[in-house]
Amino acid sequence: MNKFEYVNASSVKSATEQLQSDGSVRIKAGGIDILDELKERTINPKRLVNIKTVGGLKEIKEVKDSLHIGTLVTLSELASNKQVKTLFPALAEAALGAATPQIRNVATIGGNICQRPRCWYYRSEEFSCLKKGGNECHAHLGDNRFHAIFGNDKCAMVHPSATAVALVALQAKLKIEDTKGHRIVEIDNFFVKPEENAKAENILKPTEIITEVILAKPAVGSRNFYIKLKEKQSFDWPMADVAVAMEMAGGVCKAARVVLGAAAPVPWRAVAVEKALVGKKVDASVAEEVSRLAIEGAKPMSHNGYKLKVFETIVARALSVVASGDFSSKEGF
Amino acid sequence: MAIKIVVNGQDLEVSVSPMKRLLDVLRQDCYLTGTKEGCGEGECGACSVLVDGEVINSCLVPVCQVEGSEIVTVEGLAENGKLVPVQEAFIKYGAAQCGICIPGMLMAAQALLDSKELSKQTPTRYEIREAIAGNLCRCTGYMKIVDAIEAAALSTLEKK
Repeated sequence: MNKFEYVNASSVKSATEQLQSDGSVRIKAGGIDILDELKERTINPKRLVNIKTVGGLKEIKEVKDSLHIGTLVTLSELASNKQVKTLFPALAEAALGAATPQIRNVATIGGNICQRPRCWYYRSEEFSCLKKGGNECHAHLGDNRFHAIFGNDKCAMVHPSATAVALVALQAKLKIEDTKGHRIVEIDNFFVKPEENAKAENILKPTEIITEVILAKPAVGSRNFYIKLKEKQSFDWPMADVAVAMEMAGGVCKAARVVLGAAAPVPWRAVAVEKALVGKKVDASVAEEVSRLAIEGAKPMSHNGYKLKVFETIVARALSVVASGDFSSKEGF
Repeated sequence: MAIKIVVNGQDLEVSVSPMKRLLDVLRQDCYLTGTKEGCGEGECGACSVLVDGEVINSCLVPVCQVEGSEIVTVEGLAENGKLVPVQEAFIKYGAAQCGICIPGMLMAAQALLDSKELSKQTPTRYEIREAIAGNLCRCTGYMKIVDAIEAAALSTLEKK
């Protein structure tokens, strides 16, 4: 680890004032991912600004018809918060499924969304990939068993955040602040594909901080859920995960968002599934039928073709769970 | 940099680099070697300690991040030499094999027993498995560990 300055910020203002447009000053919240990055020397900041010391960012507040989640709320708090569990089980499940109890007690929602890729070529000092200014994605010809099956032409990373998958399904908004003020960004416009910018996963500028995640309370008749499949039953990164948010009237789907994780460099909307669901009375057989559309347009690589069947299966399961409203039988997924 | 922390109920001031891992501060500066290092990257949970009542990996937390916090290590569980129920149960059920994961297992188990939701009922075996999901036992001796935590939960509840 190289030497750097470490500063405790007392307010969002004092934190943003220190940020530089060249990215040489970095924000630290829970510090889980940034500590990895420092140790692996994928970043070499001259200063680290700790925002754990900033007050007012740790609350989950109800404001009119929305829930405002402070950027420092931990994954444990999200997973156990009654309102989040009731209104947004997809988000609570995604938070609960991430990492270990020890890490969930420290890792924050803001940091979780902004994690850098877990791609082993990106994380290894030995490889200079597109994300680090190199000129190729080593996953294309290398070991790509956990890599993307969609949008993988340029860089085949998969977006590492599970909560992002749920937040895209739930159409969250993000409050982003800098020294000049704040802007509200819809999460659909937050993540960027490698074709737009290979070196970043989102639109956040080096001078900005996410301070809140805002979720509108779901309409009456709406349900949402999240399912993750991993290699082992205990903690692991997802091989494939999916979040579904469905608005229903009399068992008939009025609108749906189906978002795949560990599928692409961004949380990936299965638009064909979403369209096919509208107007249908969703049951297990409809769920299975439309789930085949989840892999439309997929381009698996040499080692990850298995993901096609896996995504079909977990999309069908998630749709069945949401349609039935029985969230109790998740054990064993 | 001088950093104030409370370790096992004792006010301490340590003079260390702010980015020194809490794990190393506990072992090298506080001489509390009960907390073990396994992987050093948050996978194995051998370094688990309680910070303000929550179980965390001390290998992933720079000491400056816990300034002013109350830290409990495995040495701080027993009071005046009297073991807490979870320690008693680990002995009774023979839950330790090689032993290196046990300090971390005990802290994760204690965090489970301390949690509010479980003040009225004992955790299910599934909940126990979830609670120690961040702790690897390389001897794979999980069954007896789960048995011990279940028994400790029962005896803790009976005392309440």
